[in-house]
Amino acid sequence: MRAVTRPLGLVCLLLASSPTLAEYQLNLEPGVTITSQNAYDIHQIVMWICVVIGIVVYGVMTYSILTHTKARGHKPATFDDNLTVEILWTVIPVLILIGMAIPATSALLAMEDVSDSDMSIKVTGYQWKWHYDYVGEDVSFFSNMNTPMEQIKNLEAKGENYLLEVDNKIVVPVDQKIRFLFTSNDVIHAWWVPAFGVKKDAIPGYINESWARIDEPGIYRGQCAELCGANHGFMPIVVEAKSEEDYLAWLGEKKTAQAAAAESGNKVWTMDELMAHGETAYNTSCAACHQVGGEGLPNVFPGIKGSAIATGDVAKHIDVVVNGVAGTGMQAFGAQLNDADLAAIITYERNAWGNNAGDMVQPSEIKAAR
Amino acid sequence: MNAVVEEHHDHDHKPTGIGRWLFSTNHKDIGSMYLWFAFTMFFIGGALALLIRAELFQPGMQIVEPEFFNQLTTLHGLIMVFGVIMPAFVGLANWQLPMMIGAPDMALPRMNNWSFWLLPAAFGLLLASLVMSIMGLGSAPNFGWTFYAPLSTTYGPDSTDYFIFSVHLMGISSVMGAINVIATIMNLRAPGMTYMKMPIFVWTWFITAYLLIAVMPVLAGVVTMMLTDRNFGTSFFDAAGGGDPVMFQHVFWFFGHPEVYIMILPAFGIVSSIVPTFSRKPLFGYSSMVYATASIAFLSFIVWAHHMFTVGMPVAGELFFMYSTMLIAIPTGVKVFNWISTMWRGALTFETPMLFAIAFIFLFTMGGFTGLMLCIAPADFQYHDTYFVVAHFHYVLVTGAAFSIMAAVYFWLPKWTGNMYDEKLGKLHFWLTCISANVLFFPMHFVGLAGMPRRIPDYALQFAEFNQIASVGAFVFGFSQLIFLYVVIKCVRGGEKATDKVWEGAHGLEFDLPSPAPFHSYTTPPVVK
Amino acid sequence: MSVQTEKQTTDNPKIIGKLLLVVVAMFGFGFALVPLYDVFCDITGLNGKTGDKVHFETAPIVDESRLVKITFLASLNESMPWEFKPQQNFIEVHPGKPTTINYIARNMSSKSIVGNAVPSVSPGLAAAYFQKTECFCFTRQELKAGEEKIMPVTFIVDSELSDDINEIALSYTFFISKQNNEDLADNTLTAKSINTFK
Repeated sequence: MRAVTRPLGLVCLLLASSPTLAEYQLNLEPGVTITSQNAYDIHQIVMWICVVIGIVVYGVMTYSILTHTKARGHKPATFDDNLTVEILWTVIPVLILIGMAIPATSALLAMEDVSDSDMSIKVTGYQWKWHYDYVGEDVSFFSNMNTPMEQIKNLEAKGENYLLEVDNKIVVPVDQKIRFLFTSNDVIHAWWVPAFGVKKDAIPGYINESWARIDEPGIYRGQCAELCGANHGFMPIVVEAKSEEDYLAWLGEKKTAQAAAAESGNKVWTMDELMAHGETAYNTSCAACHQVGGEGLPNVFPGIKGSAIATGDVAKHIDVVVNGVAGTGMQAFGAQLNDADLAAIITYERNAWGNNAGDMVQPSEIKAAR
Repeated sequence: MNAVVEEHHDHDHKPTGIGRWLFSTNHKDIGSMYLWFAFTMFFIGGALALLIRAELFQPGMQIVEPEFFNQLTTLHGLIMVFGVIMPAFVGLANWQLPMMIGAPDMALPRMNNWSFWLLPAAFGLLLASLVMSIMGLGSAPNFGWTFYAPLSTTYGPDSTDYFIFSVHLMGISSVMGAINVIATIMNLRAPGMTYMKMPIFVWTWFITAYLLIAVMPVLAGVVTMMLTDRNFGTSFFDAAGGGDPVMFQHVFWFFGHPEVYIMILPAFGIVSSIVPTFSRKPLFGYSSMVYATASIAFLSFIVWAHHMFTVGMPVAGELFFMYSTMLIAIPTGVKVFNWISTMWRGALTFETPMLFAIAFIFLFTMGGFTGLMLCIAPADFQYHDTYFVVAHFHYVLVTGAAFSIMAAVYFWLPKWTGNMYDEKLGKLHFWLTCISANVLFFPMHFVGLAGMPRRIPDYALQFAEFNQIASVGAFVFGFSQLIFLYVVIKCVRGGEKATDKVWEGAHGLEFDLPSPAPFHSYTTPPVVK
Repeated sequence: MSVQTEKQTTDNPKIIGKLLLVVVAMFGFGFALVPLYDVFCDITGLNGKTGDKVHFETAPIVDESRLVKITFLASLNESMPWEFKPQQNFIEVHPGKPTTINYIARNMSSKSIVGNAVPSVSPGLAAAYFQKTECFCFTRQELKAGEEKIMPVTFIVDSELSDDINEIALSYTFFISKQNNEDLADNTLTAKSINTFK
């Protein structure tokens, strides 16, 4: 395929003056798991069969278009039936289809064999981020896209991994059968990493599973594949596959970091600390809907800048952020963020963009309000 | 068109003024209204598509917000499916069926009027939500034309209820149209026209009408369930109350897959009328064409879950839906082979309708190939919900269904108006359309395989080049359609007079009538030998 | 014309009648798909739906020769301000042996909330063999503000379970019950008036 389409692609490239020189790709990637390689192989087989059939069918048709014309004085024949060819062009496709079905069936059976996993990761889709839970390891975290809004709004040059980068990537070991268990917190999402050949829907209330045994260490990127609302295009997936030791080291660090984050809820923060941490945490968890400037999106996401909640009673503000607002897009962030993050975000919201409530919220207050 | 028709056929006693259209019971007038309605919607839906392609011209958010982008894709899909392809086919059926079977009019003319006038109401509702969204008064439907729960139920905007009512109206309209087609074909055939002597276009519409009757009520059912889930406390699709969002997809695609064939079977009929005409040779394998159409229609009921391999089905289910889908390739292949055999050793000429028909065979077959690739379940996990799927169904629906409609309009326009269209402009329209459609849709295969999900307003940098090419193609394609509009208007207003037979190789009862066809087609039934 | 007019008056109403009957039947069929789907799910294990409470007349046969690993998962639907987790993440059981494990739920909010838990089993084919004799998901659960509750599940993995399956995941997702306290209903109303994005 590459050989055939490369020149075509190059011609197309010449036609369009491209502002970026990013690499482009024309075909499926073989990937780094047996599932993705099977998918690639069967894709190649079926595509080439189609190309050959296409050449024959289009060839005959083109020949007819070029020669059997009135302009060349061709006299029309009168036949309108021929049992032999009709049987032939029914039977031959049946045989070709059987030829395709055999490898397809074995690839599918291999793909659906979910037994004997070495470890499990629970993946939960949220509007619009992913949550990963290393089952039995006490390590769990959210993974948000961290491409800056300035790049998306074309105010800054776009980075190499534009839209395909996250704040917390998941790290997994190579050569182990990893079982992914999918579910969702709100609407249906789909977790897709092309290099693994894994694409499964995350359905609220239901559990789905898939698996991957990764051959090579590396960083693999993917995206949500099922329309899940406004920011569907902005919830990427980044997986880093490491050797067993490196993975265990990462897991240890992650556990320590999570314990430290839980500790941070006990200390008393200064206003500057809260505002600084609040800005980062707000831009990660809140800006997708309420926007970086806090203005929201008219009729879709309410603004925080100048809003009654962010300038009024603190307790009400904490309640909305921690417990969410039932029946709206406002999730219960109490379940997603730690006390320090929440305190910083609320403080930031009350004192940024001209909001001047002047007060601050300490992590201990969040703890008390929970 | 009225001017010309009136001039020549004063003896038809047709009503005048706005009342002629509002209260019309005439199959030709209603057919024209359907076609103009579809044409208008084609430009509205096309404008939405151009906004989408403009946003996707470069990475980064330029023109619209992500939320509005979702409204654009949703309304583009709904309008093109329910507002363009389907009404255009009904319009063609209205014009052609009575003439082709030797009848004076449709069997149920008053129902015909009603089924048309529901459509502007339905789309008025749908477009009202878009207008309100632009005015900042809420959000239009934003969950894709497939409106999966719970995005469309628990999380749908308020305008979802408009959308539900609109779909109900479209459904009633389609069902009434289908009943009319069936009654016309069963009751009004000229003496001697047995079922196996009917033109293929009549046959394909006959089968399509049955598909409509079978699945439009299922669509009505699924939106009714949405309505009660949203407003009356039921939990059909809500896991919280014991429902299941995946069931939505099953019920939706039980409608959705036959719907796909509703949008392509009449196209088969059109191509089967045009190819023999310009090959000057009878259609090859008439009866196998009929059986192939019927088997495609039957198979369409047992393949629906191939749209949802990734929801997590038992292996046995995946295998069943993969095998049953593969079977569809056989009757579809038979059709393509039959068309080519019809052309084989004919005396071909390449007027605009024939050009569109040939392009249809080439490009619909492309869509068929990618369809075959998509049904291979292990590979579909990689293709699903990517631009590869977008490329596939645009090849089938634009270069397939829409091309066939353009072919049909060029083919029958001289019969309808009594004037020949401008062949030079027609050919220009064809070449611009055909080339730009490929520039538009072919690169989508590449970005899809490279991993670009569908329905995203912004994309990673490696997809930039091909998206740019596609956007250029889209604008050329869109503006080329203005030529089509001009050609049609020019032809309606006048031009070289068409003969009764119109085309040298034309066959069929419609070509025995004078051009333009009289207001009441066959007042005395012809006898078919 | 005359021939056809005659035909029309006799046949059209009949055809319309029959076709309308099909329309009504297919509309009904759309709704019939709901119970049909449940039956289909029961048979094939589609989507991992588990059945209702199971009663055993006699003690089921325990298959000591094999072990099945069960993974327990807990999820909360959006805006459910609870904490919810299993007491243990994994357990290995012999098919046929009744086993009880506990989930723990705590209401983190300042008001009483009623929730219902939706069970799901993966792989789907195992769902029919995963039989619960006691489960907190059979009824709605109410937790007062700050209340913590231990929620037990007793289940038996049927020894008929296919040998190919040696791992099962059991997941519960707590949703806010639609018949919740009035506080929440009020909350929803205010939410609606300030935010059209429901």
